[in-house]
Amino acid sequence: MTQAFDAAAQQTLLESRVAAALEQARTLGADACEVGASVDQGTGINVRMGEVESVELSRDQGIAVTVYVGKRKGSASSSDAGEASIRAVVEKAIDIARYTGEDPYARLADAELMATEFPDLKVHHPWSLATDEAIELALACENAGREVEGIANSDGAGLSTGEGVRVYGNSHGFLAGQRGSRHSLSCMLIARDEQGMQRDYDYSSERDPAKLSSPETIGRSAAERTLRRLGARRPETGRLPVLFAPELASGLVGHFLNAIAGGALYREASFLCDSLGKPLFPDWFTLQEKPREIGGMASSSFDSDGVYTRDNIFVDSGRIASYMLSAYSARRLNMTTTGNAGGARNLRIKAPLTAQADLLAQMGRGVLVTELMGQGVNGVTGDYSRGAAGFWVENGKIQYPIEEFTVAGNLTTMFANLMGVGDDIDTRGSVHTGSWLIDDMTIAGS
Amino acid sequence: MTQSTKAPLDEAIAILLTPGGLDAAALDTGLDHAMGAGIDYADLYFQRSWHESWVLEDGEVKDASYNIDGGVGVRALVGEKTGFAYSNQITAGALADTGRTASGIARSGSRLASQPVQAGGAPLRYAGIDPLSGLSAEDKIALLKQADRIAREADPCVSQVTASLTGVHEVVLVRASDGTLAADIRPLVRFNVSVIAAKNGRRERGSAGGGGRYAMARLRDENVAERYAKEAVRQALVNLEALDAPAGQMPVVLGSGWPGILLHEAVGHGLEGDFNRKQSSAFAGRMGQRVASPGVTVVDDATLADRRGSMTIDDEGTPGAYTPLIEDGILVGYMQDKLNARLMNMAPTGNARRESFAHMPMPRMTNTYMLAGQDDPEDIIKSVKRGLYAVSFGGGQVDITSGKFVFSASEAYMIEDGRITAPVKGATLIGNGPEAMSRVSMIGHDMALDTGIGVCGKEGQGVPVGVGQPTLKLDELTVGGTQS
Repeated sequence: MTQAFDAAAQQTLLESRVAAALEQARTLGADACEVGASVDQGTGINVRMGEVESVELSRDQGIAVTVYVGKRKGSASSSDAGEASIRAVVEKAIDIARYTGEDPYARLADAELMATEFPDLKVHHPWSLATDEAIELALACENAGREVEGIANSDGAGLSTGEGVRVYGNSHGFLAGQRGSRHSLSCMLIARDEQGMQRDYDYSSERDPAKLSSPETIGRSAAERTLRRLGARRPETGRLPVLFAPELASGLVGHFLNAIAGGALYREASFLCDSLGKPLFPDWFTLQEKPREIGGMASSSFDSDGVYTRDNIFVDSGRIASYMLSAYSARRLNMTTTGNAGGARNLRIKAPLTAQADLLAQMGRGVLVTELMGQGVNGVTGDYSRGAAGFWVENGKIQYPIEEFTVAGNLTTMFANLMGVGDDIDTRGSVHTGSWLIDDMTIAGS
Repeated sequence: MTQSTKAPLDEAIAILLTPGGLDAAALDTGLDHAMGAGIDYADLYFQRSWHESWVLEDGEVKDASYNIDGGVGVRALVGEKTGFAYSNQITAGALADTGRTASGIARSGSRLASQPVQAGGAPLRYAGIDPLSGLSAEDKIALLKQADRIAREADPCVSQVTASLTGVHEVVLVRASDGTLAADIRPLVRFNVSVIAAKNGRRERGSAGGGGRYAMARLRDENVAERYAKEAVRQALVNLEALDAPAGQMPVVLGSGWPGILLHEAVGHGLEGDFNRKQSSAFAGRMGQRVASPGVTVVDDATLADRRGSMTIDDEGTPGAYTPLIEDGILVGYMQDKLNARLMNMAPTGNARRESFAHMPMPRMTNTYMLAGQDDPEDIIKSVKRGLYAVSFGGGQVDITSGKFVFSASEAYMIEDGRITAPVKGATLIGNGPEAMSRVSMIGHDMALDTGIGVCGKEGQGVPVGVGQPTLKLDELTVGGTQS
């Protein structure tokens, strides 16, 4: 079943097509042009209750073209990166640029900012895994979870493996590619008591398959996470400190990043407009971006403008030290790009780290949140109100599971009230952080 | 519109098959590849879509984009197992490759023949048109500029206006081994306005939009630019005056229309066939039991003319249907695709949906709404001593296993002594689906559908949906504000 995927050949092919598209745009009268193309291939296996549920082979490609004619811009894209399709896409982009309005800020990033060094960031680790081997891993994962006493049902276990190439080129003569891989193994289980059912999950996700957690570890952890939710009560409404589990604390970093993103700032759609240099977090807290980290989940030596990526410090000793900008949003704000077209890459926190048990002790009486639900975050005002589940903490110790409550506050206050960061760092995503202890939030429950 | 789907079928064959050198006979050859040894059902799903988007910002349409997507997805089933592969090429070679790959899910067994095409037809729920072609590029830009001008003129506090006009022209064709051959041409358009208003150092957003399965020209004819621009500004100005929301349990009155996402989250997902077959839904095994207050009747309805969630046929070729889910408080139906219906000995309900050819279908909602009751909306407000009145919402989410659901208000007011008083900031409401539905105590006679803005996400796949409800009173729900 393993599909052949020659990443090097794919990259060469995509590079030649991107170059051809750029040339075609020039011939058709575009003053400038940029083209992104990608090919991804993967396999996904799902098992449930000891049986194979689905086997899926995926192969996705795409090409996106933006042309600049004078101060006008047009974009077109297709899921087909074949030659004929690319020609149609370029023509359509130029056609659209006849109608769009003039934008004095619309142009490529400056030529001198283009990335010139492309070190091997070690983010491409193909996994030649036969279907049967993939099924065995997923079954081992689910079985380990289902063997734990009290697990009544399963939502299944899944293994997915994939690799791909993306290529970006523009009419400055910039043309570069990046290969990458991602593999993950996950399990979701269900337990039941007289009160009803609960489910929870765990997963591992890595660029290098050798670094994945063992199927048994993931399955057992999913079972433990599910069982500990049984017998949940509802907490009383009140003001309390909240400890956010690491996988949720990374979401708080995400809300901060959305608010310092150039696009939100120039549209006045951020609660952090005009905040550069101002204190937001405690002075012991620093947030860095390491886009060229070896093996990092989001590593890349160029951003989606072709601009070289560099280490950024977004929060320096509690103060907002930099916005997160693309070439376009930087121009709108009369600033310089930070190499963040396409987003942030590999966020790392520099702060004194505390063991989770010590954070619980520091909290004394409060709430440990392990799940958040819904989209109750207002990026314009920073108002925050989300559904939650977790544990009641009294005398610095976890007492019992709680559910069906909300945690609310305002992100500006929440960031200022950050009391500590845990050493229980979650490294599965682009943001690496431990738990966050935040003082004085509103819990709404019974 | 009650014609057969003959015309869409001819058009779909011309658009999807002819360019790759295929004809109707090639469908049978394609199915043969997918009906490998041991396979008991297979289907081919061909799709092509054209997506257009125009965005206005700073008074100018500076950004516009066009996307062309398409390919074929091939599925082979054996028992509860699914093999799935897809290709963005619609050619004989791609059908052979994907068919063989998908049928690899079965390792042995006899080869079954697929059924010859059975004559079928479905009443059209919308016109099979290309919605993008009715308006010129200049007209589309003029519509967006009109929204910008009206929003800015509406109030001096308005500092930013973003407006967008999007449309999708989608053509699908399904051939399945059970004899299904069906096609659908699905238009979908949407107009949206979002504004930022600033006053006394505060900034708030307001947004409004809508659309459906019809031509872009209808958006202009219905004057949506003015309507949604004014509505977005109104909402932003209300929010500029909003106080912090209360925290805790209280009576909640939900407005008619879009607040129907309550039903989508609290009830709808839990009644999708897959979750009930797997017994992972809080509603599993409760068929025929009381799951909501008397008077509560909830349906999923793909047959509404021109609505965002409507479907002439679903993505397995089953005609879209009107499916009662809860009748007078009693659970009476699930939403099914073919796989889950067969495994549960039930009939498919036309709820199989997929984001694209590159995604597997599963049971999904279409337009989900609660039928009107008897109460006067004014009486419902008057009956509340102290509570929340929520009229607009952002997104929602549900844990179908525990039944816990949330949805976040984007416009809400306090009710004090039976009167609507101060606006309060958006807060998340949380409850338990079956419990919340049993706390519905008053149902308005003002049933309304939303304006056509919903996108539902499930297992990473997004599909357009509709919701609706009359004004509703829930005796108790937890409101997640900051004022405890």
